[in-house]
Amino acid sequence: MSPDLPHRQQHEHDHQAVPSDPALRVKALESLLVEKGLVDRAALDALVDAYEHKIGPRNGARVVARAWSDPAYKQRLLTNADAAIAEMGYGGFQGEHVVVVENSTKVHNLVVCTLCSCYPWPVLGLPPVWYKSAPYRSRAVLDPRGVLREFGLELPEDVEVRVWDSTAEVRYLVLPERPAGTEGMNEEALAALVTRDAMVGVGKVSLSKVVSAA
Amino acid sequence: MNSVHDMGGMHGMGPIVEERNEPVFHDEWEGRIFAMNLAMGAWRKWNIDASRHAREMIPPAEYLRMTYYERWVSGLVELIVKSGLATRDEIESATPAAGSAKAVPAANPNQALARIATGLPAKRNVDVPARFKVGQRVRTHNMHPVGHTRLPRYARGRSGTINRDHGVFVFPDTNAHFLGERPQHVYSVCFAGRELWGAQAREKDSVYVDLWDDYLEPA
Repeated sequence: MSPDLPHRQQHEHDHQAVPSDPALRVKALESLLVEKGLVDRAALDALVDAYEHKIGPRNGARVVARAWSDPAYKQRLLTNADAAIAEMGYGGFQGEHVVVVENSTKVHNLVVCTLCSCYPWPVLGLPPVWYKSAPYRSRAVLDPRGVLREFGLELPEDVEVRVWDSTAEVRYLVLPERPAGTEGMNEEALAALVTRDAMVGVGKVSLSKVVSAA
Repeated sequence: MNSVHDMGGMHGMGPIVEERNEPVFHDEWEGRIFAMNLAMGAWRKWNIDASRHAREMIPPAEYLRMTYYERWVSGLVELIVKSGLATRDEIESATPAAGSAKAVPAANPNQALARIATGLPAKRNVDVPARFKVGQRVRTHNMHPVGHTRLPRYARGRSGTINRDHGVFVFPDTNAHFLGERPQHVYSVCFAGRELWGAQAREKDSVYVDLWDDYLEPA
């Protein structure tokens, strides 16, 4: 991985190769749709704001922290995730039908969408570029252990890896293992430890956050 | 359709690049086209399956060259033109045709936010019998439709076990082409890694794929 390469640099070639500047094309499309009465600019602003500032992986982290702290909640989350997530006030677009899969010392779950970019928006927000990109989509099903190694996660031989390919309208959220040494922590402190990567299954939650910080 | 969007199992796509502190949108236009896709869906001229199909119809070389949201620009333009909400001339000129009707009213901010909070469930509360039971062995059809499908190539003609029954859902293969929802059971089907990839997969590892009744036969 070359994690410090900015997105714009990675895609510089792509941007040069497309016939017209997407920024101009999108601006023109927006003004046409506004003029035809098909979209309301303020509604677009509100949607962008919602996904930039309100709907993101902190939601999922709170769900995970509560599951770690409250065994009855965890049970509800694993048996009926939609209702349990709704209890926390989350739900909606691209999270209408959620299944939560639990990591343990014996099982490691990893989520991918090989066909497009399906991802549980209400609890994780919009997916990062790597999740939507060809390298991850192509190899997560074929070589999950190799993919995890690229994220700095080496799994013991005896751990069973389960890859979940989101081919339908069911969205998957990984319930990571609660790290040792967090016994006395409250939900808020626990939530601060939970990373997006751990909830996709490409990382683990660690007290020091050294494993795949993101 | 057997195009490059169906990339599970391919080699040669390069290393996974994880960006630290990645912003939700990398440029303003990404947020605008994302929001326009959501907002335009409210006119109900297409559905989520049709919008996925519009993006997978992008020719393979272009699909791979484009960034993610460039595909969303291309897909949305195709949907708008095909559904008649605007013409290609209007889009190219960014000007409504003289005398064209103005749609009213577009969703306001509260309506747009309410729509994403409610979501668009694909589950259907209809009494359709399940053709398979949890624990049953099944085989996927070896099928290669030219239209939309959610049965990835790597899982065609393979045997697996029904892991769970998710309930009754809209069928994308017909819905994407406006041929009806044909609601049916969707199952999580567990495939042994070795069934899909041979000896190079670890014995214990597996891939779970969500599949519709119409993709499956008893094994």
